[in-house]
Amino acid sequence: MGMTIAEKILAAKSGRKQVVPGDVVTVQLDTVILFDNNFMPSNWRDIQRVCDPERIVVVFDHRVPAPNQLAAGGHRTGREFVKRFGIKRFHDVGREQGISHQLVADYGYAVPGSTLVCSDSHTCSGGVFNCLARGVGGPDIIYAAVKGETWFRCGETIRYELEGALSKAVTAKDAFLQIAGVHGDHATQNVEYGGSGIAGLSINARKTITTMSAELSAEFATFECDEALTQWVRARTKQPFEPVKPDADAQYKAVRKVDLSALEPLVALPDSVVNNSQPVGALKGTRIDQAYIGSCANGTQDDLELAAAVVRGKRVAPGVRLIVVPASQTVYRDALKSGAIATLVEAGATIAPPTCGACGGGHMGVLAAEETCITSSTRNFKGRMGEPSSRVFMASPATVAASAIAGTICDPREFLN
Amino acid sequence: MKFKARVWKVGDNINTDLILPNRAFYLTPEEQVSYVFSANRPGWAEQVQKGDILIGGKNFGMGSSRPAARSLRNLGLSCLVAPYINGLFFRNAVNFAFPAIECAGVDEAFDEGDIAEVDVLAARVRNVSKGVELSARPLPDQLLSIIAAGGIYPLLEKEGSISSKGLSR
Repeated sequence: MGMTIAEKILAAKSGRKQVVPGDVVTVQLDTVILFDNNFMPSNWRDIQRVCDPERIVVVFDHRVPAPNQLAAGGHRTGREFVKRFGIKRFHDVGREQGISHQLVADYGYAVPGSTLVCSDSHTCSGGVFNCLARGVGGPDIIYAAVKGETWFRCGETIRYELEGALSKAVTAKDAFLQIAGVHGDHATQNVEYGGSGIAGLSINARKTITTMSAELSAEFATFECDEALTQWVRARTKQPFEPVKPDADAQYKAVRKVDLSALEPLVALPDSVVNNSQPVGALKGTRIDQAYIGSCANGTQDDLELAAAVVRGKRVAPGVRLIVVPASQTVYRDALKSGAIATLVEAGATIAPPTCGACGGGHMGVLAAEETCITSSTRNFKGRMGEPSSRVFMASPATVAASAIAGTICDPREFLN
Repeated sequence: MKFKARVWKVGDNINTDLILPNRAFYLTPEEQVSYVFSANRPGWAEQVQKGDILIGGKNFGMGSSRPAARSLRNLGLSCLVAPYINGLFFRNAVNFAFPAIECAGVDEAFDEGDIAEVDVLAARVRNVSKGVELSARPLPDQLLSIIAAGGIYPLLEKEGSISSKGLSR
């Protein structure tokens, strides 16, 4: 019986010929990423041995630079761990700082056919690289660092065939909000993306879709590999790899077509990402206090360039805070060189250092009671970015930037046409 | 792993931010329990009695990797039964030895305050108050053995891979 991408990697890494939905398998892990939350006192357990320091990456991203003494202490614990076990791939505050899922893209940590875990739920981001990447729990990550393996439960796979090309000012975020709005959650299932339309999507755009697949509650999200992806990975790592294609007779729970050319800018209403999308026009005029562009989903160079194109020569509306967070120092440097940062700052944006920041209500833009934010980040759950009574709308960086200028939720096509 | 107790019910798509909100993120595990559902059901955490059973809705535990399952366990709940459970929450439930099983129709079979009898190994859920019995999805042996061991940390401590105390200060 044929297998999907996820099933093939699960089989290869567990030493089996065949994996089918319902199987629980123990797989070898190629990459294990620890991040600052793991080292915080309420989470950390002192590891006495690791499987292989070369397979481990340590990233500080959720609370950087340390906003308080507790985070500073966690960072110190993390630095001691790195030193003790000689971890070479360490992303502290500084030149190689960034959100772990962006660093995976920047440094080629996820190669086609490989396995990767991190105890951040958006780790499925790495699925863009034709890699089996999954967010796991804190104890899982400690187990993975020690043993170099973990268990996975294989679910049925839903296949999305992306076709056509996105219209101007319509983005991969809108494509995701379309899928989430129409099909709801995909809990206990894998999602697989392919089709003729992926050729027209940049790697960054595809990464928005795999990152956001955490919001579908998918077990794994994987993209098919193509020449653009192969080139991206080869430019960043010397590690050999073999792309994994689904078998021609792979078994899917469903195959669904998405016509990218038919999409328009969408907005998810507060409190839920799934089953909650509306055309931007339906929200037109909704007043906002804050506009946020960043996170592992939408803090890439593409996103910053798009936001800059929207705000160029304009000013952020009085009473609105536009916060822009490049997802890594690499993105930050590229956006400095291109002039996007200058354009954003000139328009009135505040640029925060690469961090998960306010996406999880941590710091750098937390909301007060009753405030309204439109964000391009990953989640809009009640209380996610601050006080439970605050409201978080979710949209593309273009829609967020347009709304920051207008002071109310606004269609980006008014700015980009 | 058999439990018989009063049930509490919550709706569909209960997310991890509701169970363990950011405000409580870095408090001690003991302190975190009083924040469970503080945004959607203020005062509930104080009413839970040791051994109570939680009946969840569809996609229970959607969201982040935070140790939300640990808070439900520490609150004194004996187990969770939901039509289907978010995969990441489910991992943490296993990690922290909090029995969580999937059972189609369980959300409709119970009203809050009913008495439930849950047999995790046999994968059976009974509403004692209404006389209804349902089949649940059996937990694989591999995962049952982690739960029986008290979760991942006791397993790693036993073999000396982690120390029983954190480095944290």
